Amino acid sequence: MSVAGAREAIIQAHHEEWARVVASLTRRFGDLDIAEEAAAEAFAAAAGRWPAGGVPPSPGAWLTTTANRKAIDRIRRENKRDDKQKEAQLLSDNDPPEPPGAIDDERLRLIFSCCHPALAMETRVALTLRMVAGLTVAEIARAFLVQETTMGQRITRAKAKIKAARIPYRVPSAADLPARVSGVLAVLFLVFNEGYLATGPDTDPVRHDLTAEAIRLTRLIRALMPEDGEVAGLLALMLLTEARRTARVSASGELVTLDEQDRGTWDAALIAEGHRLVRERLAARVAPGRYQILAAINAVHTSARDLRATDWSQVVALYDQLVRLDPSPIIALNRAIAVAELDGPEVALAAIDRLEDKLAGYHAYHATRADLLRRLGRSQKSRAAYDKAIEMAGNAAEVAYLTRRRDQLR
Amino acid sequence: MQYLVSVIDDTAGLATPEEMAAIDVFNGRLMAEGHWVFAGGLAAPSSATVIDNRGAEEMFTDGPFLESKEYLAGFWVMEAAGLDVALKLAAEGSKHCNRKVEVRPFL
Repeated sequence: MSVAGAREAIIQAHHEEWARVVASLTRRFGDLDIAEEAAAEAFAAAAGRWPAGGVPPSPGAWLTTTANRKAIDRIRRENKRDDKQKEAQLLSDNDPPEPPGAIDDERLRLIFSCCHPALAMETRVALTLRMVAGLTVAEIARAFLVQETTMGQRITRAKAKIKAARIPYRVPSAADLPARVSGVLAVLFLVFNEGYLATGPDTDPVRHDLTAEAIRLTRLIRALMPEDGEVAGLLALMLLTEARRTARVSASGELVTLDEQDRGTWDAALIAEGHRLVRERLAARVAPGRYQILAAINAVHTSARDLRATDWSQVVALYDQLVRLDPSPIIALNRAIAVAELDGPEVALAAIDRLEDKLAGYHAYHATRADLLRRLGRSQKSRAAYDKAIEMAGNAAEVAYLTRRRDQLR
Repeated sequence: MQYLVSVIDDTAGLATPEEMAAIDVFNGRLMAEGHWVFAGGLAAPSSATVIDNRGAEEMFTDGPFLESKEYLAGFWVMEAAGLDVALKLAAEGSKHCNRKVEVRPFL
């Protein structure tokens, strides 16, 4: 076994086994802290031993056994074997055993604990990336542009709260499951969007590390809950968005909008996979949730040869469906963008102007208005709207695009 | 596992008779289901006295130790297997007493 081969095996094992090791240790020792540390030590041990001694036949079993040993060592070291104290600190699992056939993968317990509604959203994101995805604290801190110590404290506080408040280590009951799954999906979508619409002047406009991590986690949840339509919908939405990633930013670092993208550079394999998921959900004949509808909208876009060949009436019909589920002004704004293609910019502008109260602080509102005003030849108003959008936009590629568009106005 | 469910008030009003009746029904259920430990409503913050006896002599200060728009109006101490159960009970409590509540575990 070459050193490079061993390193490759460790990276692969990290992707495939990290969450499983953390989850099973948490179950056994009832402590996220111990599980996290022991898992990290086991992977460090693998990095030390595998290059010379060879990769074990079952890397996952080797890692779990090693991590278990490390955890027991730590518990001994800290003299935590005092039963009373141990009992008080264990995460609880007061559930009767799951009936056979129910979702019983331990990684799901871990995911639901990390995404518990009693934790703040930013905490859920950090904890999920650390405990489930196995990113280091430094990597997570870099991804969200905060100091490493700050991120470390956030994760430590979260683990302490889970323990002290007894956030249960279990898959929610059937009655609570839909709401809790949507909480998990919100975390994954936030990670994806942070990658896709990276904010901050010094970050890359698209953070592939984050979008890839979000897709990997969503694939995992999809494998664990194959029947859930919204999980499939979110995965499809991410794949169809990710497929256009390279076409979305030009060589000079400027955002390329859908109408100007080179569709030949879209990733055909990701699109095919996304379309398959969307078709699967259509065939299920169950009323779709918001991620499934968003995925379907993206399926329409990625099916069209060019902007003009897009089935805009279908897109608008899907947005109508979405508005009924989620009457948020941002959905209404996106619907109006589709309406502009179907009924013209005048109609769209009238719809958008009704949203001003709610969206005046949102850069995309001004960017959309600017574009519609430009298409209607109202240059002066368009320029003012571009100015506002540029002022509010956080994404570097978007600022570059908006600035060029503004400067091209006559 | 016990949780303190604090009732947070920002209205400066005592519970109405309707709210009191709803709270009584809820308390009955907590008792029947084994979640009840203790509960009580508190008089207005202006009735509070702060005592500090850490120094040479006892100090009494009129008024609440924290001036704020939101204050503790009452509380439940509940027995629950874990946070999910406590949150569910607290959500019902919030509805019945018609106020915000905060859930905190005892050590």
